[in-house]
Amino acid sequence: MRRFKEFLIEKIILLNGFACILFVILIFFFLAKDGLTLFKTVSPWHFLFGTLWNPLAEPPQVGILPLFLGSLIVTLGATVISVPLGMACAIFIGEIAPRWIRELLKAGVELLAAIPSIVIGFIGMTMLGPIVKNLFHLPTGLTALTGSLALAFMAIPTIVSIMEDAISSVPRSYKEGSLALGATHWQTIHRVIIPAASSGIVAAVMLGIGRVIGETMAVMMLTGNASVLPKTILEPVRTMTATIAAEMGETVRGSEHYFALFALGLVLFVITFFINLAADAALHQKQK
Amino acid sequence: MKFSSQTKQKIAFMLLGIASTIVIVPVIVIFTILIQKGLPAINWQFLTAMPRMGMRAGGIFPAIMGTLYLVSGTIVVALPLGVLAAIYLVEYARRNFLTRMIEVAIVNLAGVPSVVYGLFGMGLFVIYLKMGVSIVAGALTLAIMILPVIITSAKEALQSVPRSFREASLALGVSKWQTIRYVVLPNALPGILTGTILGISRAAGETAPILFTVAAFYLPRLPKSIFDQCMALPYHLYVLSTQVPNVSPKIQYGTALVLVGMVFLLNLVAVIVRSHIRSRKQW
Amino acid sequence: MVDKIVVENLSIDYGGVRVLKDMSLSVKEHEILGVIGPANSGKTSFLRALNRLNDLDISSRLSGSIRLNGKDINREMDAEEVRKKVAMVFALPIPLPMSIFDNIAYGPRRHGVKKKKKLEEIVEQSLKAAFLWEEVKDRLSSSGMKLSGGQQQRLCIARTLAVEPEVILYDEPCSGLDPISTAKVEDAMRELKNRYTQILVTNNVKQAARVGDRVAFFLMGELVEIGEAGQLFTAPKDKRTEDYLTGRFG
Repeated sequence: MRRFKEFLIEKIILLNGFACILFVILIFFFLAKDGLTLFKTVSPWHFLFGTLWNPLAEPPQVGILPLFLGSLIVTLGATVISVPLGMACAIFIGEIAPRWIRELLKAGVELLAAIPSIVIGFIGMTMLGPIVKNLFHLPTGLTALTGSLALAFMAIPTIVSIMEDAISSVPRSYKEGSLALGATHWQTIHRVIIPAASSGIVAAVMLGIGRVIGETMAVMMLTGNASVLPKTILEPVRTMTATIAAEMGETVRGSEHYFALFALGLVLFVITFFINLAADAALHQKQK
Repeated sequence: MKFSSQTKQKIAFMLLGIASTIVIVPVIVIFTILIQKGLPAINWQFLTAMPRMGMRAGGIFPAIMGTLYLVSGTIVVALPLGVLAAIYLVEYARRNFLTRMIEVAIVNLAGVPSVVYGLFGMGLFVIYLKMGVSIVAGALTLAIMILPVIITSAKEALQSVPRSFREASLALGVSKWQTIRYVVLPNALPGILTGTILGISRAAGETAPILFTVAAFYLPRLPKSIFDQCMALPYHLYVLSTQVPNVSPKIQYGTALVLVGMVFLLNLVAVIVRSHIRSRKQW
Repeated sequence: MVDKIVVENLSIDYGGVRVLKDMSLSVKEHEILGVIGPANSGKTSFLRALNRLNDLDISSRLSGSIRLNGKDINREMDAEEVRKKVAMVFALPIPLPMSIFDNIAYGPRRHGVKKKKKLEEIVEQSLKAAFLWEEVKDRLSSSGMKLSGGQQQRLCIARTLAVEPEVILYDEPCSGLDPISTAKVEDAMRELKNRYTQILVTNNVKQAARVGDRVAFFLMGELVEIGEAGQLFTAPKDKRTEDYLTGRFG
């Protein structure tokens, strides 16, 4: 009896272990089930490279290129801002700052990580938007740049915490060896510590990018949601995530629009899947 | 030569310091604004009354309660699932291809965009399993979303229990599951709790996953069952700030502050639990 | 005296490295067998094989047989049964993070003893047998981790006794203890002789001489010599044993 109970519990635990794989498959399956239905009526080529997103037109136009480029431009902007800042912050926390500043910075970064994206979006709308508008004399403050700025700050906690882990896991002996040879602390940091932590740094950047691409609410509230091909970073754009969030509530189940949104979700899933896979591979490389 | 490398170091450190300041200042600004503009709105009535006049007046009670319902439902599902999965990975799994697949799956679950969770939850729970737009559907969606957070922290907590405790118990002829149940879990519990609370705070603040699975635009009553829709704080804030014209900033900021306050309270509890374990830990 | 444990042609590999080579020996009922030898001679691996703790290391491979009361522990018994009958006291005391009482009651509880009265009885008897009762009887509810090192090790012995094993294995149980605590642990071992079969792995040759009835000398995974303690220490048959005892290596 006891042996049977033990056996049963082990099987239940095993099942739970596999649940994660199941969920990933389920997510993929349910996105693909409706998403791929789109291609009965629309060619994948038109979907991926069509330059017009107007699903309510007759016939519906579901080219996601403007949305893809919208996501890309916002993500690039956010990456350009968040990577140097996050990296500097991680080095400062891990190597330079005295104890109390370090604790303060870490607490601040944790606080930042905990702010819900909707709140970032709300504050960005009311505070950041007008600043961008006045600074660049624009008709509207809701632009790709505004979204990038807000997203950069949402990606920074991810980047800082993973980079700091990578930096602090560099063996002490490397650092001491370099200092013993007469190198300054800064030389040691950028010649020894950063190269040694490079795979962790790469992983941090990728996870940061993954976070930005997938971000929805703040982006929807800040980028102005114009589904046109973006020319500059000071124009409104519309991202893939925002499109799904904004339009899914208004579609008719089973319509081409509905399937197109699922197909868009599938594209997002695939993109983030590979980014995360790459980041994980980089982290694992470090462990070896 | 020496002088120049010293100078370089000074400049570099200064730049790093400035960058860190740039990171931290907006955090302070956001909080100052939230408190300054949100605090005047908050009073007993705001927290406990139904919204009135198309949400332009009254309180946010159903949104607060809705979020509490959702979070409770999420935890009931995610906690056992996550802890058992972590137990499998730490105590039972061998280093093989399948285990690696599970780890990759967890990493990927953590990276799936929140709006994609929303689509998935709608496809699987709302439509396919015919749960409708309901608290169950929303809670299940959120539960899968926070699963990686719980698994990762539970794994860490389990791994921090010394191997020697397990051996001491096994050496007495105690079975593996009993060893886990009576020695490993009790000692890993505080760590698991910390991770769980962080997971909850994430679930409480998310909007996109609940958009199509549970959130009600306006529902001036409390849900009657778990198959009802409900309002939720993050979605309510979204509605107030983009969907309803002429809402006074006071109510918007008040709602934002309540949401942030709730999330931070949870984080604070997690931090306290964590530091409490560290100070009490005997091994 | 009857043979309690019979080991035949036992070899153990860890991740492809052979740590025990073709070993055969027997342990008699109610004796204390001392096992001595330099570091990495396979003593601990031998001990862990006897109660199947080596199962926990998935890279370990075992061949040959170990019989307890005539039954093959790897083929005819399951691990929990073996570990219950063959208990282990580790090199460093490992009290579980719970009270003294709960530490001792842990094993019996897991094996199905529920009655409080019975548990109290077991705790008292086990602590008495391990010479710890007088020192802790007034604070059974305080944490086992607050005891001194020597007390902790006796607590671990008492915890082991509480599951009523037939054989007790000690893996250098006094390596972290001062002379007085060591003497107390040794007293406990002598006192337990008439009820249990005991195997003591130790780095301390003198300790093996003090408490062992017979002594086995291991070297690089091989059993070099086994014999009565008096004989082995005064007139070793093998040159290598003599070299070890006179301190030429090790």
